[in-house]
Amino acid sequence: MKARVTVTLKNGVLDPQGKAIEGALKSFGLEGIDSVRQGKVFDIEIATQDKSRAEALLKQACEKLLANMVVENYRVEIIG
Amino acid sequence: MRAAVITFPGTNRDGDIARALRMAGAEVIHSWHADHDLPAGTDLVVLPGGFAYGDYMRTGAIAARANIMDAVRAHAARGGYVLGVCNGFQIACEAGLLPGVLMRNAGLKFVCRMQHLRVGRVDTAFTRHYTAGQVIKVCIAHGEGNYVCDDETAMRLEAENRIAFRYCDASGDISRENPNGSRHAIAGIYSENLRVLGMMPHPENLVESLVGGTDGQGLFASLAAAG
Repeated sequence: MKARVTVTLKNGVLDPQGKAIEGALKSFGLEGIDSVRQGKVFDIEIATQDKSRAEALLKQACEKLLANMVVENYRVEIIG
Repeated sequence: MRAAVITFPGTNRDGDIARALRMAGAEVIHSWHADHDLPAGTDLVVLPGGFAYGDYMRTGAIAARANIMDAVRAHAARGGYVLGVCNGFQIACEAGLLPGVLMRNAGLKFVCRMQHLRVGRVDTAFTRHYTAGQVIKVCIAHGEGNYVCDDETAMRLEAENRIAFRYCDASGDISRENPNGSRHAIAGIYSENLRVLGMMPHPENLVESLVGGTDGQGLFASLAAAG
């Protein structure tokens, strides 16, 4: 089973890297970009075929290591 | 005072901080991240600066889950002293020894320069050799030193007088010089029991007049005497 974990900064947490990327995109003259927040994506292969076990495992992985819950949120998707 | 200085893969300030401690009269034993136990009789655990695990994922995140850190958490829970400097501060936050997190500098640049700090309280094992409100000059060298925490934590740190050092200018004004965007100009904080100190600046660099000053000595002299 494959899963994708997306870790993003919580609202209100300053994201200087996102701001720099936003500035770079705007400097190309790309119209219509309001703001950019950057985050991380983890593609994870899991041995189990049991979806609820996989989700429980990934929740543990996120809360133990992949996300720092002080400043980040995470989202888990089973992608196949 | 027996200090265990821990080396992770990517730590690079372990030698300097061990030297600063020995100069102040402390006994130093080197520990390895993969060990499960601290040396017998450890009074102080030191998490030195560097780039443990290449700063992969988040600074300090992987080091905070290394074998030795269970022993460090147990040591802190017993009331033992812990000092985390720079990457060591990041590791201490990730390990749950201190609240908050160190984020990318607000200006995005790695900042490496001399920096004034204002000393907070001087009744702790780390600061007895300073005077309250003293302005010291040490150096900073970090890309992720921007201290972030929630409002409640910030209020508690202030109310409980747990801000150990703040960034300031030569006159002690904290509104003028904030190298990384840290909340409340925080350069270092204490745990609730005042026995864990995390700080971004490097006092271990400033213990010899030959290399720029001795304002860091007070911290190590305080610790050596705390034994």
